[in-house]
Amino acid sequence: MKPAFSVIFLTTLLGAGQGLFLALFTHQSYAAFGLLPMQTDAFYGNGSVLVLLFLGGGLIASFFHLGRPERAWRSATKWRTSWLSREVIALPAFMGVVFFYGVAHLVGDRHEVVTLHSGLLINLSFVLGVVGTLLAFTLFVCTGMIYACLRFLREWNSPLTVINYILLGGSSGFILAAFYSAVVAPDQADFFGNWAIIITLLAFAGRGASLVRNARLKPKSTMQTAIGIKHPYIVQRSMGSMGGSFNTREFFHGKSPAFLRAIKPAFLLLAFVLPLMLLALGMFTPALLGVAFIIQYFGLMAERWFFFAQANHPQNLYYQTIG
Amino acid sequence: MTQLALVIDLNVCVGCHACVTSCKEWNTSGSAGPLCDERPYDANPTGTFFNRVQTFEIGKYPHSETLHFPKSCLHCEDPPCVPVCPTGASYKRKEDGIVLVDYDKCIGCKYCTWACPYGAREFDEKAKVMKKCTLCVDRIYDMSLPENDRKPSCVKACPTSARLFGDIHDPESAVSLAIREDGGYALMPEWGTHPANHYLPRRKIKLKIHKDELERADNPLKVDGQLPKPGKGESSMEDVSAW
Amino acid sequence: MCACRCGIRVHLRNGEVRYIDGNPDHPLNNGVICAKGSSGIMKQYSPARLTKPLRRKQGSERGAGEFEEISWDETFSILGERLGKIRATDPKKFALFTGRDQMQALTGLFARQFGTPNYAAHGGFCSVNLAAGMIYTIGGSFWEFGGPDLERSKLFIMIGTAEDHHSNPMKIALAKFKREGGRFISINPVRTGYSAIADEWVPIRPGTDGALMLALIHEIIALGLYDREFLVRYTNSGQLVNLDAKHDEFGMFVRTEVAKEEGCYDPQNKLWWDRNTNKPVVTHCEGADPYLLGEFKLSDGTKVKPSFQLLQERVQDYTPEWAEQITGISAETIRRLAHEMGITARDQKIELPIAWTDSWGKEHDTVTGNPVSFHAMRGLAAHSNGFQTIRALSILMTLLGTIDRPGGFRHKPPFPRPIPPCARTPNHPNAVQPNSPLDGMALGWPSDPDDLFVNEDGSPVRIDKAFSWEYPLSVHGLMHNAITNAWRGDPYKIDTLLLFMANMAWNSSMNTSEVRKMLCDKEEDGEYKIPFIVVCDAFHSETTAFADLILPDTTYLERHDVMSMLDRPISEFDGPVDSVRIPVVPPTGECKPFQEVLIELGTRLKLPAFVNKEGERKFRDYPDFIVNWETAPGSGIGFLSGWRGKGGEKSIRGEPNPNQWEMYAKNNCVYHHKLPRSYQYMRNWNKGYLEWSQRSGITRYAEPILIHLYSEVLQKFRLAAQGKSITRQPPAHLAKRVETYFDPLPFYYEPLETQTCDKTKYPLSALTQRPMAMYHSWDSQNAWLRQIHAHNYLYVNSVTAKNAGIDDGDWIWVESQWGKVRCMARYSESVEPGTVWTWNAIGKAAGAWNLSPEANESQQGFLLNHIISEELPPQADGKRFSNSDPITGQAAWYDVRVRIYKAEAGEPEQTSPQFAPMKPYPGMKERPSWMAYFGGGKKKGGAK
Repeated sequence: MKPAFSVIFLTTLLGAGQGLFLALFTHQSYAAFGLLPMQTDAFYGNGSVLVLLFLGGGLIASFFHLGRPERAWRSATKWRTSWLSREVIALPAFMGVVFFYGVAHLVGDRHEVVTLHSGLLINLSFVLGVVGTLLAFTLFVCTGMIYACLRFLREWNSPLTVINYILLGGSSGFILAAFYSAVVAPDQADFFGNWAIIITLLAFAGRGASLVRNARLKPKSTMQTAIGIKHPYIVQRSMGSMGGSFNTREFFHGKSPAFLRAIKPAFLLLAFVLPLMLLALGMFTPALLGVAFIIQYFGLMAERWFFFAQANHPQNLYYQTIG
Repeated sequence: MTQLALVIDLNVCVGCHACVTSCKEWNTSGSAGPLCDERPYDANPTGTFFNRVQTFEIGKYPHSETLHFPKSCLHCEDPPCVPVCPTGASYKRKEDGIVLVDYDKCIGCKYCTWACPYGAREFDEKAKVMKKCTLCVDRIYDMSLPENDRKPSCVKACPTSARLFGDIHDPESAVSLAIREDGGYALMPEWGTHPANHYLPRRKIKLKIHKDELERADNPLKVDGQLPKPGKGESSMEDVSAW
Repeated sequence: MCACRCGIRVHLRNGEVRYIDGNPDHPLNNGVICAKGSSGIMKQYSPARLTKPLRRKQGSERGAGEFEEISWDETFSILGERLGKIRATDPKKFALFTGRDQMQALTGLFARQFGTPNYAAHGGFCSVNLAAGMIYTIGGSFWEFGGPDLERSKLFIMIGTAEDHHSNPMKIALAKFKREGGRFISINPVRTGYSAIADEWVPIRPGTDGALMLALIHEIIALGLYDREFLVRYTNSGQLVNLDAKHDEFGMFVRTEVAKEEGCYDPQNKLWWDRNTNKPVVTHCEGADPYLLGEFKLSDGTKVKPSFQLLQERVQDYTPEWAEQITGISAETIRRLAHEMGITARDQKIELPIAWTDSWGKEHDTVTGNPVSFHAMRGLAAHSNGFQTIRALSILMTLLGTIDRPGGFRHKPPFPRPIPPCARTPNHPNAVQPNSPLDGMALGWPSDPDDLFVNEDGSPVRIDKAFSWEYPLSVHGLMHNAITNAWRGDPYKIDTLLLFMANMAWNSSMNTSEVRKMLCDKEEDGEYKIPFIVVCDAFHSETTAFADLILPDTTYLERHDVMSMLDRPISEFDGPVDSVRIPVVPPTGECKPFQEVLIELGTRLKLPAFVNKEGERKFRDYPDFIVNWETAPGSGIGFLSGWRGKGGEKSIRGEPNPNQWEMYAKNNCVYHHKLPRSYQYMRNWNKGYLEWSQRSGITRYAEPILIHLYSEVLQKFRLAAQGKSITRQPPAHLAKRVETYFDPLPFYYEPLETQTCDKTKYPLSALTQRPMAMYHSWDSQNAWLRQIHAHNYLYVNSVTAKNAGIDDGDWIWVESQWGKVRCMARYSESVEPGTVWTWNAIGKAAGAWNLSPEANESQQGFLLNHIISEELPPQADGKRFSNSDPITGQAAWYDVRVRIYKAEAGEPEQTSPQFAPMKPYPGMKERPSWMAYFGGGKKKGGAK
């Protein structure tokens, strides 16, 4: 597939935003149980603004992917069948909840909603946080399923696709959270940093697993099934057009196999190895965490590029030779 | 329920591209049009076409076949492109099974093309919406056209009648008959999309020659056969034996 | 638009073309349409359209493409003055050559009226070998004049057929044939297009088809698989040939005295050796049955043999094993092919219950058919041994008894015609006189050396040397040598060259790079060697750049046209068909149909056909001319054969009908004269048909047209070359050549260029063919068609390529003894390993056809013609023959031998040679950077 930069930005920015939100609310939950010191409302509120900035960035990027962005509203209508439609609903819903979550913190609302038997005090921000968490996961699942549900794209058609979207977004978001707290609440950076290491290791494993899986994939469609002729030697001599077509633009990455081969270690290094090394230094200084986030972000963009480029669409069987 | 479809006879397709341009010609000025062309007179011209003819070679010389292979939307009975569409712009008509795009609803996200294993859809780079074969839906029901013209443009154009058009759910239709009797098959059956369009394979005619057919009593050589006649003075057995 | 001339319907919306589809009521295409026809809109509105008369700018160099607009008035006065002077002094200094137009009857008439012998159309470099080889043998040929009756055929063999000859009718028939269970065998070095759907593909080495035909004939005769009855009655197989080597009539048929009929063309005065009486008798006499084999002595002691015996002797050594070495087809396959043909012809006979009477008065209750048919085109024709190859093919078809019979080959009126047809060129230079029409046709059919158009010393009268001893039967001329000859001044210099629809600075020329130089070359005094060049074209072709004057032609949608019986009509097997085009849109800009230009010029020059006795204009315009012109005053024969007579009540022949155009318009623009079934077969010898044809003015004679298994015409030339005949004799330096190639029986020789080049150095044959989605070279300006074919590759068998170290898609050099071109290679399994090939319609000069100079056509597309010579290497005396068939002058495009090798790593990835980009001319539309055509509606896009 051709990696579209709009989609690369969309998915990586959303992932970081979702991960950051999950990190913030994880922290709030820990704090609610008294496992960590509760931070100021500004910490969560400003964090939510940051989340919204990433989500907004992703949303804007998504419009660049559309031929007719002015009709984007229509895309919410087919949620019964289309994961894309579901994503289109889940994203603004999530953003709305994050917005109110942030607002709840920033206006200092401590209104008690309910107190549980255990004495746990549930306020509005906590309720919004739970809803937001569910929506963050929903959004991850929607995004992942957009790709995973396409059975023809066998590199994507796996639960690993959804899992990796969650883990990669989580990793990115927790590193971002570590960086954020290192700046505004340095004593909390350890918490985020440690979780970031765990999630990044999981993401590394998950992505590694999908690479191993994809390397072993045998194509289900072949020249023989594409044109319905039984013969071991079938070669295309002409695809029917010479100056290119939508089919040659949308489904090919347009780079050499060598480039594709080089991208794989590059993104593994940038998205996993280097950030992990920086995190493992254990210093969790703003500078190092900032660098870790940025390096990983580039790594994730490369990862996403590779994610698309590696997916070999069966339609490509029909578009092999200009002649 | 009706399922309109094309049945393409690879046994007679000579790869002339008549279906390609007659389709473009009808549709660019029809309800699907205009179909844009970029760089029409410059390097790498490219445009939106609903139908392409491709060429494949099968086998190694001298046992090779050249196959011309027209390909357009297959109007799957279970079209994977339809449910993924977030706006409902992609839909399959109940009344005749044609898979269409509502150009007013399409947001141009191209997701439907990812969900089509056949590469049957083409994005119009100027209209910014997805387009595809409509089976000339703006032709086949147009009562102002003579009945004979109420067929897809490609079918009407095809000089070898390699394109049959009809209802594959009607067991008595010409297309069903062709699929049944001439070995009609679907592309990429592994995906369970149940394409409505079918392809008919090559069918070879051979001639069997029996040896005795080459040695017949009525061979014209015998008519002209002038057996060598010895001259009158030449020697013969009679010169020596007289019993 | 295209020479197939299918019936189309053009649908307009608000005056703009909405779509074009096939006319379902047209006999030729039954409603179907091809890729080109369906893309007619993009041709009509192409930015390559020329829209104004243009004159080369004062002071600019020819070829630089600097033009200024002028008015038609000025154009006509320039032309009128220049041509008037030429006509008053030496009319042959004006040469008119046309491409694949459909108005040769009019252009030919104009040239003749002007008085110049220097006229021809593109046939010489297309397929004249096919026309001549078949017409000199069976009295008809493939395509317009006849073809395979696939309706009733059981076995069809297609040999060397390019993809566009014949187009839709062949596709329709072939598909139907296959559906009905016919067996289709294709013999071709390349498997594309029609060959792709063949039941069997028999790859053959280019230029060796003659060897295959002769081996097939060998096998068929050896096994007695020929149709003896057919040969006896309908061919000259039984006729006795004089074999007295000392006799003046050596190799001619023995003739006897018979009462000569008035106006008889081919008196029935030859002899058979009758089996019943064992005596010589006049052919076809009641009760006689000739020996086809044997050797006999006439009463005067003359040794004679039936011509079939000579054929048998000729093919004695042409065994399948011999042919295997030459063609690359195994002897076993050749035998099997012969058996399939012979057995199908013999055992699957068709008997149609159609009564008819033959020329000798015998009544037949049925028409018999042997259902084996053939089709061949340029693959056989475009070789310097093509004429004899096609003679061999025609004889093979004859042996199988398939001529004008159901399931075999069938004629289309006006053919069959006498062998050869009656039209003759003048045979003397005096036929060219100032201010007088040419005394004869510019093109004709020589029947013996006295018909040649030569000077007293035997040198050519025509600029292209057609009808001279060099190419005696060049019945379509040698357009491919016209420019070289004029440039060299051999045989003389000319003043004005008018080219119509002929891209002689590109696709239509051999040796293109050099021809482009010749067009611009100057004498020492600074005058151009070809002083004045006029080009009429609808599009910005490469050739227009070399014009001094450009005449913008209309498209086929903008003018009246006729597909006339006087030209190459669109007849069907069952009878004559002609048709018209009626304009559907007004001319673009100041475009003017070339027909109107000719009529206007003819009127201004006061050519007798175009003015009355007072010298005043006779025809208002072309439609008026078409209606009112007759071959002779009161002949009743004109361009159109339908709805003649005052009220349209007559056909074929009748007085002019003022409402003829309207009547065509009301009847689908087509007139189809279906003959009675008894006139639809056996027409070479069908008394009823021949008499009807004669009455209708289609042919002059009604005698039977016996098939020339043995060609006396060729023998007459050979006798002349041997100094034996009382006819003219060739100049000494040509005697050997004429004697060698004018063999009355077909024989195989290696193509001339191959004989002259080192085959180990140039191991491959290079061929071209045109894709079905392009017509000739005209469609690269078509925005839709050029997306299908934007550039061309050289197709190479993958094994051949790998052996040369070439990868699929590599840039390579293709080199012949004449030069080299750089292009890209594409592997193929559908090509014989000794052959490389490419599409010939696609490579263009940079900027031509108003394509961007960066367009694929000029940067990746290439033209093979650069490395094909129009002449053979010089003879010992320094003179050069055309690279053509020595009999017909057919351009030997496919004889070229090449080698291929990988381009160096640092070389540009661009076609070579390159030329300075052509510029658009005044009046041309700008190229849009994108477009979204929506005919006659508002939804229109399009921008710079």
